[in-house]
Amino acid sequence: MKIVYTRPKCLKPVPNHYCPGCGHSIIHRLICELVDEMNMRGRIICIPPAGCAVLAYNYFDFDVCESAHGRGCAIATGFKRAQPDRIIFTYQGDGDMAAIGTAETLHAANRGEKITSIFVNNAVYGMTGGQMAPTTMIGQKTTTSPYGRRTEVEGYPLKITELIATLPGAAYVVRTSLANPAKIRETKKAIKKAFEVQMAGAGYSLVEVLSPCPTNWKVSPREAFAYLEEKMEKEYPIGVMKDYTAKKDK
Amino acid sequence: MKGTDALGEAAIRAGCRCYFGYPITPQNEVPEYMSRRMQEVGGVFLQGESEIASINMVLGAAASGMRAMTSSSSPGISLKQEGLSFLAALELPAVIVNINRGGPGLGNIAPSQGDYYQATRGGGHGDYRMPVYAPAYVQELYDITMKSFDVADLYRTPVMILGDGMMGQIVEPIYLHERPDVEIPPKDYILDGAENRPSRIIKSLILDPVEMEEHNWKLKRKYDLMAHELPEWEEFMTNDAKLTIIAYGTAARIAKGAVKRARSEGLKVGLLRPITLWPFPEEAIRNLAKKTKLFLVFEMSTGQMIDDVRLAVEGKVPCEFYGRPGGVVPIPQEIARIIERYWLQKEL
Ligand SMILES: Cc1ncc(C[n+]2csc(CCOP(=O)(O)OP(=O)(O)O)c2C)c(N)n1
Ligand code: SF4
Ligand SMILES: [Mg+2]
Repeated sequence: MKIVYTRPKCLKPVPNHYCPGCGHSIIHRLICELVDEMNMRGRIICIPPAGCAVLAYNYFDFDVCESAHGRGCAIATGFKRAQPDRIIFTYQGDGDMAAIGTAETLHAANRGEKITSIFVNNAVYGMTGGQMAPTTMIGQKTTTSPYGRRTEVEGYPLKITELIATLPGAAYVVRTSLANPAKIRETKKAIKKAFEVQMAGAGYSLVEVLSPCPTNWKVSPREAFAYLEEKMEKEYPIGVMKDYTAKKDK
Repeated sequence: MKGTDALGEAAIRAGCRCYFGYPITPQNEVPEYMSRRMQEVGGVFLQGESEIASINMVLGAAASGMRAMTSSSSPGISLKQEGLSFLAALELPAVIVNINRGGPGLGNIAPSQGDYYQATRGGGHGDYRMPVYAPAYVQELYDITMKSFDVADLYRTPVMILGDGMMGQIVEPIYLHERPDVEIPPKDYILDGAENRPSRIIKSLILDPVEMEEHNWKLKRKYDLMAHELPEWEEFMTNDAKLTIIAYGTAARIAKGAVKRARSEGLKVGLLRPITLWPFPEEAIRNLAKKTKLFLVFEMSTGQMIDDVRLAVEGKVPCEFYGRPGGVVPIPQEIARIIERYWLQKEL
C-alpha cells in the first residue's frame, strides 16, 4: 500500500485553535510540508506575528521566536545578520505587515534582507475580532467600518505587495490564493520558491496569500472560498510580480 | 579618550558583535564609531529605519546568541520601550545606551537627567525591572559598558547605560583593559535552527493568568537577586558629613567639585553617588541616614531620583532638593552656594 497523505513531521500532532475554514491552518501545513521536503528543520527559524497566528509555535516543530505586533521583519533582520546561514522567515497578517509593521517590512525588503515573509491577507484583523484592516475591501463591513469601507473616510485597500515589488531589494514577490486546491498547490510552489530565493542569497522574498476568515467575514467556510475567488482576487490579482530568476533567464 | 568612543571600544572588547541604531543627537558618535569598528572586527553594524526597528533587530540578534546593543537619546528611547518590555519578558540579554537630552518632547540636545523615571520605573509596559548604570567618568563609562554585557548575560536581562551629552563628549585619559574573566553560563535558550535537538520557542505570551502570575513571580525572584547583588555607589567624604549630597552622573561630577569647595571652607559635606540607579543603593543611603543631618539631592531635572532617596531614608533625615532641568549645567560654585545656604538655614 502506498501512503499518499500524511501529517508533515514538522507539524506537531495537536489540535489547532483556528476556526473551521481558516486559511492559517492550510498555510501552516504547506510550510511544514516544505520544511520536511526541503530538509530545513535544522536551520529554519520562524517569526510569527501578533495576530491569529501568534500561537504558531504550538504547531511548528522548529525554532520559533515571538514578535511584537508588526516588528517581524526587524527581528528577522537581527536573526539573519547574526546567522547568515540560517533560513529566517516571518509569518504575518495584513494588520501586522501592512499597518503597524509597514516601515519594518518595506525597509527590510528595500535592504534586500535575505529573509522570507509569508503574508496572510484576510482583509480583516482576525485576532482582535474583525476590525478594519489596511487591506479591507472597499464597501466591506467590519466591526470598525460598520457602514462598509468608504474610500473618502478610510482610504483605499493597501497593496503593500505591489509596493514591495518596486523595490530593488526584493527578489521574488508573488500573490497567491487559497481559493481552490489548484491554487493551494500554487501557493506551496510559491513558498518553496521564496525559500529557494532566500537560500540563493538573492534578496527579500515575499508570498502574499489571500486567505479566508469565515468567522469575521460572517460567512460559511464554503462561501468564504467563493468570496476569495470572486471578490478578493479582483481587488488583489494573483500572480508573480517580481522574479529575479526570470530576469536572469532572459 | 572621548566618552562615546570609550563606550564603543568597551562594547567591542566585551565581545559585542551586533550594533543596531538610528541617528539622534547627542549620541551620533556612538553609531559612527561602531560603523567603523564593527567592520574591522567582522561584526554587524546596521542603521535601522527607526529606533523601533533597531531595538527589534537587537532582539533578533540576542535571540541568536550574539552580544548586541543599541544606543539612542531620549525621544528615541521612548520608541524603544516596546522592545525593552519584550526583551525583559523574553529574558534576552542586550545593552541599551541612553544619552539623555533635555525634554519632554523634542526638548533640546543639552545634557539632562529627565529620563530617570523612564529608565528606573520600567518605561515599557508590564511588571519588569532593568538594571540601569549611570557612569560619571570616562574610565567608569568604559568599565561599566564592559560589565553591562556580562550582567545582561548573567541575568538574561536588558541593561541600560544612562549618560548625557556631557558624559559622551568629555575627553579623559583612560586605561583600555581587556574584558574581565567572567564565566557566562551556556546560552541554551537561543534559536539557531533545531538541528539534532528539540525545537525551541522564545515567547512571552502566557494566556493563563495563574501561569502568568507564576512567571511574574519567577521574574521577581530574579529582580530580587539583582537588587541584592548589583547595587553600586561611590562615597566621597561622607564619614563625618553633616550634609550629604546625593547626585549621579554629570550632576555628581559637579557636586563633587562643590563638596571640595565646601570642605575647603570647613563645612563637613560629603557626596553619595549612586552608580546603579536600579537597583538603587538604598542600603548605603539608609546607613548614611544614621550619621548625616541633611540630605541634599541634586539632579539635572525637576526632581525624580529624590523619590528613591526619600523611600530609602524613610523620613529619618530631612531631604532637600536642588534641580536644574532643561539642559542647564550649573558650575560647582552654584551648588556650593546652595550648600552654604542650607548649612546656615538648618544650623548645621
Ligand atoms: C502594539 C499592539 N497594538 C495592537 C495589538 C492588538 N492586535 C493583536 S493582533 C492585531 C491585528 C491582527 O490582524 P492581522 O495582522 O491582520 O492578523 P490576523 O489575525 O487577521 O491573521 C492587533 C490589532 C497588539 N498586540 N500590539
Ligand atoms: S478569526 Fe479568522 S483568521 Fe482568525 S482563526 Fe478564525 S478564521 Fe482564522
Ligand atoms: Mg488579517
